[in-house]
Amino acid sequence: MKYTIKILRKEREQTGQYWQSFIYETDNSAATAASALSDLNDREHLSDADGKPARRIEWECSCLQKKCGACAMIIDGIPRLACDAVLADMGKTQITLEPLRKFPVVCDLIADRSILFENLRTMQLWLAENAVITDKMQELAYQSSECLQCGCCLEICPNFYAGGKFFGMAAVPVTTRLMSEMSPAAYRQIARQYAKHVFAGCGKSLACRNICPKKIDTENLLVNTNAKLWKLAVSCKMK
Amino acid sequence: MKTVNIIGAGLSGLSAAITLARSGVRCNLISAQPSERSQSVLAEGGINAALDTMGENDTVQEHFNDTMKGGCFLESESAVRNLTDHAPDIVTVLFQLGVPFRSENGRILLRNFGGQKKKRTAFAKSSTGKMIMTALIDEVRKYEAAGLVCRYPHHELADITIAGGRLQQIIVRDTFRNEFLSFTGSTIVCTGGMNGFFEGMTTGTTQNTGNAAALLFHAGVEFANLEFIQYHPTTVGISNKRMLISEAARGEGGRLYIMRNDQKWYFMEEKYPELKNLMPRDVVSREMFFVSRMPECSGEVYLDMTGLSGEVWEHKLSDLRKEIIAYMHTDPAEEPVPVSPGIHFFMGGIRVSDRHETNINGLFAAGECACKYHGANRLGGNSMLGAVYGGKAAAAAAMEQPSECEIRETAFRESISSPRIRSILRETLLGGLGIVRNAEELQTAIDELTGLCSQEISELDRMRINLGLAALQSAYARKESRGSHYRSDYPDKADAFRKLTVVKYENGAIQLRFVAADSEETI
Ligand SMILES: Cc1cc2nc3c(=O)[nH]c(=O)nc-3n(C[C@H](O)[C@H](O)[C@H](O)COP(=O)(O)OP(=O)(O)OC[C@H]3O[C@@H](n4cnc5c(N)ncnc54)[C@H](O)[C@@H]3O)c2cc1C
Ligand code: SF4
Ligand code: SF4
Ligand code: FES
Repeated sequence: MKYTIKILRKEREQTGQYWQSFIYETDNSAATAASALSDLNDREHLSDADGKPARRIEWECSCLQKKCGACAMIIDGIPRLACDAVLADMGKTQITLEPLRKFPVVCDLIADRSILFENLRTMQLWLAENAVITDKMQELAYQSSECLQCGCCLEICPNFYAGGKFFGMAAVPVTTRLMSEMSPAAYRQIARQYAKHVFAGCGKSLACRNICPKKIDTENLLVNTNAKLWKLAVSCKMK
Repeated sequence: MKTVNIIGAGLSGLSAAITLARSGVRCNLISAQPSERSQSVLAEGGINAALDTMGENDTVQEHFNDTMKGGCFLESESAVRNLTDHAPDIVTVLFQLGVPFRSENGRILLRNFGGQKKKRTAFAKSSTGKMIMTALIDEVRKYEAAGLVCRYPHHELADITIAGGRLQQIIVRDTFRNEFLSFTGSTIVCTGGMNGFFEGMTTGTTQNTGNAAALLFHAGVEFANLEFIQYHPTTVGISNKRMLISEAARGEGGRLYIMRNDQKWYFMEEKYPELKNLMPRDVVSREMFFVSRMPECSGEVYLDMTGLSGEVWEHKLSDLRKEIIAYMHTDPAEEPVPVSPGIHFFMGGIRVSDRHETNINGLFAAGECACKYHGANRLGGNSMLGAVYGGKAAAAAAMEQPSECEIRETAFRESISSPRIRSILRETLLGGLGIVRNAEELQTAIDELTGLCSQEISELDRMRINLGLAALQSAYARKESRGSHYRSDYPDKADAFRKLTVVKYENGAIQLRFVAADSEETI
């Protein structure tokens, strides 16, 4: 199969972006956007669709099997993992790749997602006591520990922007995991942060629900954590 | 304030960072990508500890015995003793940090894993590494906020300076800004296995390029046992990598077979009636190599998981099933899956003492980049354990020394490797370091790489080739078969080789010597 891979590129030192297309031929029906990028970069001399010599394409990857979140980018308009985007399944031969838009672009397909990690620090997301994992909470703790911090959910969220007070869905799995393993007295501080940085800003449109590459049941996590928040609020009021 | 540098933020790097922070020692945690993207998140099957929660009277002594035996007695007893003695505490602490190991009423359940007769592997479905990493990342965040851990999450090692047997400084490249920083002070290397020497052929991450190892070797750091490379028997080729089918699949009842005279032949069960499909990985991979070349056998080796119960699929292997369906379009509960061995783990690496010191003062190493604990063959579930324990031990040793860290912006001209040379290096190494080796093929590979060195190539490529040559020479010099190193021209184990193959780059040449596995020789 012959594909045209159209990539939105940027030089490190410059601010402007530009499109450049590459021809990628493969007989592997399982080839993904990640395979296309690796194979293009493995060419001894990379040239674009017009035959002009081109700089190697900068992008991030690590696991190549949907487990690390490194390769998140916008593929044909949708934020997703390049290693999960099977070209043959896209039903077309021209495919566009762009860096995530909600984060500063470093170069080519690399976006600086540092804000994701900063936000988790701001929310002081860590255990305040030894975890207790009950049989009932095991599955929830597992599911919420699966988050890749890839940022796809933030990219699609109408309310999230980097540097804003609302931290978006990426903060929810971490919060849920910690709250599922701590006593209410110990997670009070986290709940306060959650109320401020997630609950207050979330429109609950659930645009993020189907985008998560790990298929984390974001609605379930939200419902669960919000319920804990309400319980805490009610018990505080009663006191 | 006392500060230690850690290069690598996978499991061993995080373990070291937490150990330092808990003692009030600062660290700079430098890594090519954030911890969420490290290879450790890929670990599937579990982590070993003789917790004895399954009513099998398991003991730390048996964990010790199995590890020594699995590693073909190529590791010092004292090191393995440290590892296995600490294992129950380590897994208990991980549970307290919130790792959702499968448990019942607070009792951690254990599963069977290769090379061990008793259930000893704590697990969380088949995403144990991801679960452990999530918990440790959250724990490290606490120390980041307290100013004890300072992350440099998109920084790659670019250079290391050693003088008079002491580490002087490391230089790292900020890959986002393309700028260089130098760091002085004690440094723990936690850069993982040398996957990048076998691009596309390993189950691990593309991020562990092996460049760090090549730089360190070139600078005079001693490496050991580079010939011991673990081929995991059950992997499948997906785009640009080998995908692992965890040993847990066999631990839960998966069976290997090949068609022999048109009949399914469960060769492992017939040949090894005691451990059957759960023999150590080197044995299984080799058997697969041999049976698939027998004239009466045809087609590939299959892993048959169709007999597993619905309960096992749901509670223990649901994620593995999803993954196989997604990447292979086959439901393993319905159909056997064709599998073949792929490169999975590097037992060899930076030579370290029991305290994780290298031969260079001020430089320590832990995790998969170091040669420790696993001897000639690592048991499944022991490497995460080795990474956590090694990180702790290295941190403990590093903080005993005074270590002031100065960070400076610096100018540096970095060398890069070429895709063409990387690919020649890979093919040559695969030719020499396959599952079954012999002198002739090894010599051919050595000659090819020596020839490649005389071409005009980059400095980094030269360093990588040197480390590749050291691995080939180690395999050539080890005239016996032991664990993952199988020589068809020397098929037996030889007592004279119960020694580490130690290599060092000195005065422009690779020096090789054998050192007894439990030698007291100071490193
Ligand atoms: C698919 C798979 C399944 C596995 N399953 C199991 C299992 O069930 N049980 C078990 O015990 N083990 C398992 N393992 C092995 C185990 O996961 C690893 O050995 C272990 O996680 C290694 O941890 P580490 O800290 O040494 O390295 P890694 O997690 O590989 O971390 C390396 C770190 O070094 C950084 N780095 C690399 N190069 C550079 C550089 N040049 N400059 C700066 N930073 C650099 C990386 O960014 C990363 O942060 C599995 C491995 C794989 C691949
Ligand atoms: S529910 Fe809507 S507002 Fe809330 S995090 Fe998801 S996309 Fe954003
Ligand atoms: S919730 Fe899903 S989409 Fe969002 S960061 Fe986590 S893994 Fe990515
Ligand atoms: S490379 Fe890890 S998710 Fe794509």
